[in-house]
Amino acid sequence: MSQVLRHLPLPQDPRLMVGLNTADDAAVYRLNDEQALIQTVDFFTPMVDNPYLFGQIAAANALSDIYAMGGKPLLALNIVCFPDCLSPNVLQEILRGGADKVLEAGGIVAGGHSVRDDEPKYGLAVTGLAPPGRIITNATARPGDLLVLTKPLGSGIIITGCKAGLVSGRAAQEAFAAMSSLNKEASAAMLRYNANACTDITGFGLLGHATEMALASRVSLEIEFASLPFLPETAEMARMGLIPGGAYDNKTHLEDKIALERKLKPEELMTMFDPQTSGGLLVSIPPAGAEKMISDLTSRGISGAVIGRVKPSGEKIITVV
Amino acid sequence: MSSKVVDCRGLACPHPVINTKNALEEAGAETVVIIVDNDTARQNVTLFARNAGYEVTEEKEDGTYRLIIRKPGKAGEKEKQKDTAPSPVNETVYFITTNVLGQGSPDLGQVLIKSFFISIAAINPPPAALLFLNTGVFLTCEGSPVLEHLEKLQAAGTVIMSCGTCLEYYHIKEKLKVGKISNMMEIISWLLGPHRPITIA
Repeated sequence: MSQVLRHLPLPQDPRLMVGLNTADDAAVYRLNDEQALIQTVDFFTPMVDNPYLFGQIAAANALSDIYAMGGKPLLALNIVCFPDCLSPNVLQEILRGGADKVLEAGGIVAGGHSVRDDEPKYGLAVTGLAPPGRIITNATARPGDLLVLTKPLGSGIIITGCKAGLVSGRAAQEAFAAMSSLNKEASAAMLRYNANACTDITGFGLLGHATEMALASRVSLEIEFASLPFLPETAEMARMGLIPGGAYDNKTHLEDKIALERKLKPEELMTMFDPQTSGGLLVSIPPAGAEKMISDLTSRGISGAVIGRVKPSGEKIITVV
Repeated sequence: MSSKVVDCRGLACPHPVINTKNALEEAGAETVVIIVDNDTARQNVTLFARNAGYEVTEEKEDGTYRLIIRKPGKAGEKEKQKDTAPSPVNETVYFITTNVLGQGSPDLGQVLIKSFFISIAAINPPPAALLFLNTGVFLTCEGSPVLEHLEKLQAAGTVIMSCGTCLEYYHIKEKLKVGKISNMMEIISWLLGPHRPITIA
């Protein structure tokens, strides 16, 4: 994507606080001293058969970019591609799933746009607000911070395993619940305990988004493989080669930026490149705050784990220990 | 040497892996050749087969890959066993086609088969392989009276294999508790030697 974008003129307006240059997913525009607008859009093809669930996951994913920057969602517009050959009831269920999630987020679905297409696609353009001084980007991680991850990894692998019919019902349910859950509480907690930086884990996988954070913040990150939380059955599915193509693409792009200081099986390595659907927040936060943030999240039934630490910029951008 | 070819060109993930899994479980061939045309399929099929205990070699020809999958060579296997299981392995292979021992009362037959496996598990060195066919496959599945003895044998280095067709016929494939699913070609290759086969029918 950055290959394509570099041919576009870079916006010069000083009110644009976050734009194309640091690989954050949302744009931030300063309205005045109290308010900054956060704008984002995301949509994708179905990864689950249940249309209501798909709608929920797509909305949780679109809203996540607002949460990753510490904002509150205000308005959302549906983006729909839908074929004539499917029943309108399916579309209705997708939209109902999306609307329910936006409602849970405290936002309003205020309209949208649809296009006839061979394959269904759904997502939202979301507008959020935050005080300009409290915008959290991926560019301000500081050496000494700990890295907290707020959802288990493995959704890409589990979706692939589901397509192969090899994931148990219980494990699939757990994965769907993680994908459709909002990053709302995680975002509130990181603000409460003064996080320095944040990004959400989506298509580039843990190591892809961690690399973006490290580059934008001019630091190196150390990821502790043994501390990574995974959805149930992720390891089994990976061992059976049920790994999405996106994970291999991510590996090809990132390999030279990563040092492995721990012996990993090929499938273990791939789990860190697994593209995530509506993944959790990766938060860079001082140690005292990290501890409080995790116990706060735990008390609300949300998983949070310290998965590594921020180091001064070193030879490799990411080290896996 | 027989081989089975599965063309997975044009198939997206996870289908090449599923087709490979099915081919390995069902094929009577010594070698399964999977043809794929994309890198994800190449890596995933290789990962699957290696983790399932097979050897994979790769041939590339104009944009497609031929992945040649075979069970590890006997020499390689013996070397591996030297590393992991130092105990000597007996040269006997048991071909077991029944879940009761001998003709007559089925109750007695069940008592006898149990005592048979207890005795085999006590013999040192343990047999090279136990090959289960027809109702014999009930012995490797959930509810078998000899599971713990088979597990002990497996831990001691005995290869345990159940006929896939038989497991499917009796609808107990999901209940398999010990050893691998195998096919007639593999079972026959064990019976042909160099081991000494003993049939329990």
